[in-house]
Amino acid sequence: MLDQIAYAIPFLLPGLLVTIEVSLITVAVSTVIGIVLGVGLVYGPAALRWPIRGFSDIIRGIPILVLLFFVYYGLPLTGLNLQSFAAAVLGLTIFKVAQVIEYVRGAIETVPRGQMDAAKAIGLPFHERFFYVIAPQAVRRFLPPWLNGVTDAVKGSALISLLGVGDLLFGIQKVVARTYDPLALYCFGALLYFVMNYALSIASRALERRFSYIRE
Amino acid sequence: MGYVLNFTLIWRHFDKLWSGLILSLELAVLSIGIGCIIGLALAILYVSGGRILRSLIAAYVEVIRNVPLILLVYLVFYGIPTVFDFAYSNTTSFVVTLSAYAGAYLVEVFRAGLDAVPRGLIDAGKAIGLTPFQRLVHVRLPTMLRIALPALSNTFVSLFKDTSVASVIAVPELTYGAQWINFNTFRIMEVYLVVTGLYLVTGYAILIGLRALERRYAIGR
Repeated sequence: MLDQIAYAIPFLLPGLLVTIEVSLITVAVSTVIGIVLGVGLVYGPAALRWPIRGFSDIIRGIPILVLLFFVYYGLPLTGLNLQSFAAAVLGLTIFKVAQVIEYVRGAIETVPRGQMDAAKAIGLPFHERFFYVIAPQAVRRFLPPWLNGVTDAVKGSALISLLGVGDLLFGIQKVVARTYDPLALYCFGALLYFVMNYALSIASRALERRFSYIRE
Repeated sequence: MGYVLNFTLIWRHFDKLWSGLILSLELAVLSIGIGCIIGLALAILYVSGGRILRSLIAAYVEVIRNVPLILLVYLVFYGIPTVFDFAYSNTTSFVVTLSAYAGAYLVEVFRAGLDAVPRGLIDAGKAIGLTPFQRLVHVRLPTMLRIALPALSNTFVSLFKDTSVASVIAVPELTYGAQWINFNTFRIMEVYLVVTGLYLVTGYAILIGLRALERRYAIGR
């Protein structure tokens, strides 16, 4: 079993890098877009709020797998012809944006109303109310679930092997197809994913403890 | 865009999607049922057991929660039969996987619920002379269920969505039906629009039903 794994490692490394790369791009892009849309959802006018609400509810209501197939097989029909890597990143990012929107909404709503009212009373304009009063308090509520959600991105990225992206799971599949030893390889793959995600969950829990003094 | 939507072929093969949706629901209900038994049993063991038992349960939860479901599906379907020299159908194998997966998430939900049962209730149970077992069955479990209900509904809906992963080992559920139509008719946009609708309607129907239960039974914090 061990020599099987030793044999496999050189074939898995490029896939591992792709998994990390896809996760990083997905998380970075979706965090930026998700924060903007999340703030729009809380403070925007109704014409902005409803489309964001609809987007988030629809995307969170369907399986990631269906979304990935939709983007990969469906979008080319509209003239947008994406390579599997780009389609995978786009699909995962759309999914993650919807999650980040909800983290942002949840975080902002935990800041007591009085804070906003007080900031208005001392005459701060909206951007100052948001950046100096609301955001610093909301960020403590945003970070732990957001970091925990990064593990979802890493786990979700395993699905992109179905689009033919050469990620970690794809590498495992290739080696299994050659050695016919699925158990050893899948266990080893599970270990690799576990190590990545467990490190993230520990970090998330540490953040939560760090901010545990805040009471609703 | 110069693409004209045409749903004729989708309706002609709609039976594939419909039977797929039914199978998805069956997979979800079965796995959630087994998962609840695993989750409840382990949560009770966790709060009443010793250190070794606790670490074993925690290890199970952490391993399952930190590994992608698709990898677990492959591991159970392709990996396990090679050592134990038996074979099971793809559907059975998926139910086994999703049940174990559901169990790990539900342990956490039930455990958090048990922790949140107010101390005073348990003391009151002691005061009127209930045995530890009676306190568990008549006081802690019913209260825990009512506290855990909102978290349970969310977990159930997300497990229903997770049944889509069964398509990778050719279990003919909804996503597999969608792929079949995708590859055989090339009405790709249309099929995924219809399937998206089916997942949304079913998912939200489940959620609305559970929310109604919550309004009736859930206890706020």
